[in-house]
Amino acid sequence: MPVDPQELHADRSQEWRNELRGKLSAKERSALPRVKMPEMKARERSRGFQEVNTGLNEEMAVQESKRCLDCSTPTCITGCPVNINIPGFIKLIEKGDFGAAARKLKETNALPAVCGRVCPQEVQCEANCVYQKMKKPPVAIGYLERFASDCERLAGSIAIPVIEKKSPLRVAAVGSGPASLTFAGQMAKWGYGVTVFEALHELAGVLSYGIPEFRLPKSIVRSEIAYLEAIGVSFERNVIVGRTLTVEDMREQGFRGFFIGSGAGLPKFMHIPGENSIGIYSSNEYLTRVNLMKAYQFPRYDTPIVRGKRVAVIGGGNTAMDSVRTAIRLGADKAMIVYRRSEQEMPARIEEVHHAKEEGVEFLTLTNPIEYLADSAGRVQQMKVQKMGLGAADDSGRRRPVVIEGSEYVIDVDTVVVGVGTDPNPLIPRAIQGLEVTKWGTIVVNEETMQTAVPDIFAGGDIVRGGATVILALGDGKKAAASMRDYLLEKFPGT
Amino acid sequence: MNRIVEKELLSENVVKLVVEAPQVARKQCPGQFVIVRFDEKGERIPLTIADADRENGTITLIIQKVGTSSCKITSLNPGDSLSDVSGPLGRPTHVEKLGTVLACGGGVGIAPLYPIARAFKEAGNRLIAVLGARNRELLILEKEMAAFADETIVMTDDGSYGKKGVITVGIEEVLQREPVHLAVAIGPAVMMKFVALLTKKYNVPTIASLNTIMVDGTGMCGACRVSVGGKTKFVCVDGPEFDAHQIDYDEMIKRLNTYKAEEKVSFDGYMKSLP
Repeated sequence: MPVDPQELHADRSQEWRNELRGKLSAKERSALPRVKMPEMKARERSRGFQEVNTGLNEEMAVQESKRCLDCSTPTCITGCPVNINIPGFIKLIEKGDFGAAARKLKETNALPAVCGRVCPQEVQCEANCVYQKMKKPPVAIGYLERFASDCERLAGSIAIPVIEKKSPLRVAAVGSGPASLTFAGQMAKWGYGVTVFEALHELAGVLSYGIPEFRLPKSIVRSEIAYLEAIGVSFERNVIVGRTLTVEDMREQGFRGFFIGSGAGLPKFMHIPGENSIGIYSSNEYLTRVNLMKAYQFPRYDTPIVRGKRVAVIGGGNTAMDSVRTAIRLGADKAMIVYRRSEQEMPARIEEVHHAKEEGVEFLTLTNPIEYLADSAGRVQQMKVQKMGLGAADDSGRRRPVVIEGSEYVIDVDTVVVGVGTDPNPLIPRAIQGLEVTKWGTIVVNEETMQTAVPDIFAGGDIVRGGATVILALGDGKKAAASMRDYLLEKFPGT
Repeated sequence: MNRIVEKELLSENVVKLVVEAPQVARKQCPGQFVIVRFDEKGERIPLTIADADRENGTITLIIQKVGTSSCKITSLNPGDSLSDVSGPLGRPTHVEKLGTVLACGGGVGIAPLYPIARAFKEAGNRLIAVLGARNRELLILEKEMAAFADETIVMTDDGSYGKKGVITVGIEEVLQREPVHLAVAIGPAVMMKFVALLTKKYNVPTIASLNTIMVDGTGMCGACRVSVGGKTKFVCVDGPEFDAHQIDYDEMIKRLNTYKAEEKVSFDGYMKSLP
């Protein structure tokens, strides 16, 4: 979504902003060191599920906000999929008005406390910060985003925007992950009646079942949901669209627009011998048992999990890091990442890799499993792996792993988590007639409008992209909301 | 929240619950299941829909007490509520007119078999039910099955009712006697394994409905994976019914035992917590 340069300019030209800019020279500002995120010590945190990053205090946040040069053409915003007015909220922090900073964030981002924690800022806003050109560490935009939204939440005074005009039209979101939540928040602000349908008993999709408590406390997710409820969004749990309720049923009930944000829920396996042995999980199952079903509190909670002592996690993405760090917290003596490329090609955030290493995770890179060996009861005991080398770059631009013949060896394991990616869940694309679906199972949309082949149905997030990030899903949700509004205004003039 | 409107003890360990779930009742077809959660600390467990009443908006669940979750759920009384019921899940049974259909149910497996058998009968098939149980007391839904079946054969392990012997004895009797066009087997994994071995010998196409461990029930986790014809399938979205001759029962039986130790810990704790 394009940023309005005039709006940005007007915001920047306010008297207090001009005054604030004049308080310190750019030279003074850029001489300040980048703040360090306070975190729990590895030894203390690695046996519990408390949040690892503990957040900036006021003094740290204000100090860091001074580093922002309040550029006249802020390049950071171009790196943000939802185009947050970054200098706008940072300068409010510098001014000391943290509540206003939080409101500024909410103007463009329905989930700032989530994004401040899980967005890969290092490849988005912070990668486009002017400090990069100066060969200095960028402004800690993510930490500041988290700070402002945490301040507002902890103060218990979350601002509820006034909804100007109520539309008689009702719209539905399918799935309650980040794409749908953003869509819902935006449509509700525009006065539409919004209902979000979730298949599970708990809301927020991957934010609930996927991302662990130690990276994203569920209390924060609940508070973001409460905000959406306060602005009028309704939620229905245990509804599997296409099964419990079809889109036709919903049209009959009076819904006039649909947003599908059902995610990439189908786990990939490698289809190697022994993969169905006991103790081998998909990362989805492993994380769902722990995060959604609270298996780490078994038997206080009823859902069990195999608490392995020697755990291998296959893959090098954020999900793999979440899984391996969960294994440590469940009491593993040895927790390993097994990844077929080198550390350089790992898609996981550097911070996650760093945290995993601090917590004692071993990295077996350029290593690929080829077979699992089980005992007579079917429980996995060992994995056979082979060493890999790196060949020429492939389509993804990363060097392709090549097998080193004769390099097989065996590692003792009692638990394996396969985190090599997910595919879109076919349940919804299969259940809706007229949708165009790619051979990968993703829904085809007009990239400008997020509209599908069925005019009243829009889609975004991983069901369109395959496996991507929370913030890209948010961007899709926003874009879809804007084009659905255009669609509804044209189809139902005056509403 | 889904309210219990009716409860009936079918045997010492098997309970029938009629539960309010209007949307599920409206959409369900024979062969489908729901995921149920007892309370906010509960597991998500799959239960086959044994019957549904569209008008009253209820579904019937038949549950055998085997562990913590099933004991908690069967402890509920009319007026109490389940925290969550979601569905219908799984692919419905493909029902068509084939000729003679043999419905083979073992133990509590007779419950999910019941709506499927009835659908085959309604589609114009000759329907022979072979029902197996350890003893007379554990046999469920015999009268209900006999009400529409062209013939009902009962086998008990101890001979306390019907004929003495395992279910395959009763099935083989029919297979030797007349042509059968399809067999449907639902029951303990080991029973389905032996039924499949037998019907294979007689070249009778057979489907089995599997009840594996699940979490979400929508294809997200893969806890329910089984090998069918050498390929990994998810019971929740690819099943629950598969070609009974292609299923790797031994692998499935092992996987069903994944949490044996944890289940004991949980159950002992539950028993201790009872007044």
